[in-house]
Amino acid sequence: MAEFALPKNSKVQQGKRFPAKPGAKNVREFRVYRWNPDDGENPRIDTYEVDLATCGPMVLDALIKIKNEIDPTLTFRRSCREGICGSCAMNIDGTNTLACTKAIEDCSKGDVPIYPLPHMSVVKDLVPDLTHFYAQYASIKPWLRTQSAPPPKERLQSKADRARLDGLYECILCACCSTSCPSYWWNGDRYLGPAILLQAYRWIVDSRDEDTGERLDALEDPFRLYRCHTIMNCTRTCPKGLNPAKAIAEIKKLMVERRS
Amino acid sequence: MSAYTIQEHEYDMVVVGAGGAGLRATFGLAAKGLKTVCITKVFPTRSHTVAAQGGISAALGNMGEDDWRYHFFDTIKGSDWLGDQDAIEYMCKEAPAAIIELEHYGVPFSRTEDGKIYQRPFGGMTTRYGEGPAAQRTCAAADRTGHAMLHTLYQQSLAHDARFMIEYFALDLIWDDEGVCRGVLALDMAEGTLHLFRGHGVVLATGGYGRAYFSATSAHTCTGDGGGLVLRSGLALQDMEFVQFHPTGIYGAGCLITEGVRGEGGILRNSSGERFMERYAPHYKDLASRDVVSRSMTIEIREGRGVGAEKDHILLDLTHLGPEVIHEKLPGIAESARIFANVDVTRQPIPVLPTVHYNMGGIPTNYHGEVVQKVGENPDQVVQGLYAIGEAACVSVHGANRLGSNSLLDLVVFGRAAANRCAQTIKPGASHKVLPASACDKALANLDKLRNANGASPTAEIRLNMQRTMQSDAAVFRTSKTLSEGCEKMAKIFTSFEDVKVSDRSLVWNSDLIETYELQNLLYNAVATITSAEQRKESRGAHAHEDFPDRDDANWQKHTLVKVDGKGASSFDFRPVHMYTLSDDVGVVPPKKRVY
Repeated sequence: MAEFALPKNSKVQQGKRFPAKPGAKNVREFRVYRWNPDDGENPRIDTYEVDLATCGPMVLDALIKIKNEIDPTLTFRRSCREGICGSCAMNIDGTNTLACTKAIEDCSKGDVPIYPLPHMSVVKDLVPDLTHFYAQYASIKPWLRTQSAPPPKERLQSKADRARLDGLYECILCACCSTSCPSYWWNGDRYLGPAILLQAYRWIVDSRDEDTGERLDALEDPFRLYRCHTIMNCTRTCPKGLNPAKAIAEIKKLMVERRS
Repeated sequence: MSAYTIQEHEYDMVVVGAGGAGLRATFGLAAKGLKTVCITKVFPTRSHTVAAQGGISAALGNMGEDDWRYHFFDTIKGSDWLGDQDAIEYMCKEAPAAIIELEHYGVPFSRTEDGKIYQRPFGGMTTRYGEGPAAQRTCAAADRTGHAMLHTLYQQSLAHDARFMIEYFALDLIWDDEGVCRGVLALDMAEGTLHLFRGHGVVLATGGYGRAYFSATSAHTCTGDGGGLVLRSGLALQDMEFVQFHPTGIYGAGCLITEGVRGEGGILRNSSGERFMERYAPHYKDLASRDVVSRSMTIEIREGRGVGAEKDHILLDLTHLGPEVIHEKLPGIAESARIFANVDVTRQPIPVLPTVHYNMGGIPTNYHGEVVQKVGENPDQVVQGLYAIGEAACVSVHGANRLGSNSLLDLVVFGRAAANRCAQTIKPGASHKVLPASACDKALANLDKLRNANGASPTAEIRLNMQRTMQSDAAVFRTSKTLSEGCEKMAKIFTSFEDVKVSDRSLVWNSDLIETYELQNLLYNAVATITSAEQRKESRGAHAHEDFPDRDDANWQKHTLVKVDGKGASSFDFRPVHMYTLSDDVGVVPPKKRVY
């Protein structure tokens, strides 16, 4: 019989428990994925009891409190703490989001499970390897491409044309959407995924860009674009409220239109 | 000491930091044919430029009368006459071309009805040399201008095929025996390996050090690494006493609410609902410059007119702007206010408080981005091989107080200027001088010490002590008493770092070690700041000294130079303010009383 299980060295084990200090008033448990390639051990789930009475409101506040006061070895990325840099993307309470804008009280009751972004190689603890994701971003040549000589002043763009970039240019490349997509999980090596396709569409609809044909040609591929099966996890999970699924659908429409 | 293996890499230029300034320099250098590497501790689009909101200034005149000379005047007045007027002329004159360049790169600026770049009013930006109406000079992409710019600059870096070493942390600058900067020793955070990046020049674009304070709009990563590298190399920083408090950080969370809110018509109100800025700045009211507004708010709170249970903050009211303006022009802050203050800005005011935001001080440079030091009688001696740009630098275009939307401008203008300068002075592919065998010894000794640090005080504990001290003793208002107490406390905290404890012994993504390095850099910056503030016996721009409430041009219109030694002791010197311009296009603006 075939055995469907994780390899032995990938099985997640029960880790340590760090109890709250005596006298803690409002304790919440955070169950956090830990893995350090240096120690040769299996991944584990450590449980931290955090007193919310002395903790900020966001999940990132809890993680920082754990790192500062309980366990300095806990490893995660963070920077702006206001939802604009995209560093602290992780899987919290079952969904991909930013730790800095996810309120603890908005997590479902009971303990709060925290894992790295799913289906990515883990560097350590909550830090995923995003090298391939960034390479895919570079592969779409995400810059303004023009043939005509630039005017001495700004390229004019009507308010209506500029408005077509709304909902697209705000992407922070946090990778929450791409790593929530089952199709990206299976074919992430060749499928560009929702984040990168949203970026591709951002340039396709920019009235100043003059390379739409080339951009569409580059996406005309069974994997790069068409592995999107409108599962819509991307749109559900985007912490910035963007709609990558719609952007992908718009690209597919353009593909159909130019064929006819 | 353990033996460490160092991989050596040879480039023409090494840039440290990938925010707006670092990226503009990186692809500028690459475009000039110099083999360039940019080492950065975060992926470029995570840099703190991404959080800039309101916009970038340039006298395009798209929305009404404007002239770069007005911008020049406003910047000098904003700087409280501590800015170098040659550098300010350069920046303001270059500004319109810099914005057009950004637009051509693809920045999604908001637009006017006729399709031009949209510009909004901002604090301290006026017309007709401070006599006319407020200028509409700040070019905006809604209220996400920094994000739009940073992503575009990274895209241009990809277009120019610039080389990035992502999540590499700069440990120390490497010097030769003649005092020429020859490279950077860096740690690959993912692998834990050491890399020496050789270059004919090193550009520091490492940003500010807002995290020396307890409450700052700055990101966790704003830890003054460039300033730390420079001070540890025995060089001086400049004007470190000038720390900008942004009037509108969200009360509690400290997240930024752009000045663009007031540019679009938002109003600050005290507990009685009064628009109190009318009393402090009768002409420009809520659009006075930031130091003025932050002081006014602090006085309101002190005199019992703050809001909330503790009467300890102020309200920023934009309810009268209407949902349409908010949706089109200020969508980002509507989101931030909802998430971090639980406020619907179309119905409720935002609770705000002056919050540490920007460091006017930094690594002294000329307007080419070359680092300068005072050597003997020469106040402008160039340090060979070292450049600094952006918030890490002190050109000085911001003097004692920066005007809002001048920092994004500073990034691209001087990022480009540094690249152009290097293209003139550095030959691509020139061979690298052999370094003395001991060149990396100090850097490795520091690494070895911190990696194995096993004292009694965890990094987070020392950091918190520092942040609390700076917050209480180097605040909006300062007194001789708070400053001298603060200096004493900071000296003790600096010394306590000898007893730091690092818990993570791994070499893979050891953020405990990185945070300890960052704390070391912060400590140097913090000591430089509070001791510089203590010795400046006047009030100017952001340095409001209650025992010396007036500006004293006769004695203090000069740049402070501060060095901090390995024991945390400061020493001071001074450089004259450049009271001259680069051309006859504009005249020197002599000091006068600063009223808004």
